[in-house]
Amino acid sequence: MLPELFLTFMKIGMFTFGGGYAMISVVENACVEEKHWITHDDMMNITVIAESTPGPIAINCATFVGYKKRGLIGAAVATTGMILPSFLVIYLVARFLDSFLEISWIAHAFEGIKLAVGILIIDAGVKMLKQIPAMPVPRIVMACAFAAMLLIDIFALRVSSITLLLIAAAVSLVLFTISQNIEREGSQ
Amino acid sequence: MIYLELFAGFLKVGLFSFGGGYASIPLIRDVVMSYGWLSEDMLTYMIAVSESTPGPIMVNLATYVGITQGGMPGAFVATFAVVLPAFFIIIAIVAFLSRVIENPYVAAVMQGLKSCVTGIILATGVHMVIRNCIISKAMTESGAPAAGAGGAFPVDIRAAIVTILLAGIYYGSRKLKRAAGKRKGLTPIQLIGISAVLGMIVYR
Repeated sequence: MLPELFLTFMKIGMFTFGGGYAMISVVENACVEEKHWITHDDMMNITVIAESTPGPIAINCATFVGYKKRGLIGAAVATTGMILPSFLVIYLVARFLDSFLEISWIAHAFEGIKLAVGILIIDAGVKMLKQIPAMPVPRIVMACAFAAMLLIDIFALRVSSITLLLIAAAVSLVLFTISQNIEREGSQ
Repeated sequence: MIYLELFAGFLKVGLFSFGGGYASIPLIRDVVMSYGWLSEDMLTYMIAVSESTPGPIMVNLATYVGITQGGMPGAFVATFAVVLPAFFIIIAIVAFLSRVIENPYVAAVMQGLKSCVTGIILATGVHMVIRNCIISKAMTESGAPAAGAGGAFPVDIRAAIVTILLAGIYYGSRKLKRAAGKRKGLTPIQLIGISAVLGMIVYR
């Protein structure tokens, strides 16, 4: 069982380029349809959980399936299997990247890629923007974070984005608690 | 102690990266640049490399930064740290906390974090695109634009045109595919391929 978990997730890890949602269907195919390790409902649940928790979706899926099948050890084995291929590939890339970048046409290609990456990041942001509920607090938090981060970037301020995240979490918690209290008083 | 720094830095990335994929780049960028592990250019190269190699971007970048800063043990520590939060959060949820996520207070904090991450991602993307399209001589060493240098920012017309072209291709393909009844347009990896070809032609 453990070797099978390891090999299956190693295979998944080997063929998921770019990561993200593309790999959900790969996991579903392998773990639900082929191996019957988890049900289709389980897969839906893990997708929802993955969306509201941090970390790569691929890792969330591997940990979930491994844990369901063989507990903590299963989770560790499946997650390790998932990571191993990318770890080895990047290890090789790291050894050759510098000499690779000295080739001029490759350097030119990367000049173009740099421009595409900016667009892709904005696109990722817009996709997440569409998921923000149409309520004042999340929208204001988003707008303030946008303005603050832009200022930090433009003026190269030494403020970590993690500071912004912690402030946002605290503000959201306080505002939610206040709104709950108002609601409670209103219903009394 | 580089291993401890790698561990702390990538633990932060793993702990706060909601959304996955490109959405995790602003946070990674913040961490690797504040520790001085990667330059902006090198980060861009590695994003492109991560796209064309298997595995999640976050894991790829952790492994790469780990290798360059601390060899094989460094790669191990950084990769371990980036995966650790997701690993334990999922186990905690499956094992005994399935109700926690539904708790309204936890949900409010999660929503706050997600909204904030969205703002951070958008700002980083916008700043990246603008900075790409400004001739870099107008920048000071710190990466901030030189205040009032000649009044206006010299625009790098070549970069601006390529950027607009790429955005047009990306969103245009989505519109076309949707009109044809298909769900998706170009994938990120396809856009990166096109941008590489354009780069080779334009910057020759």
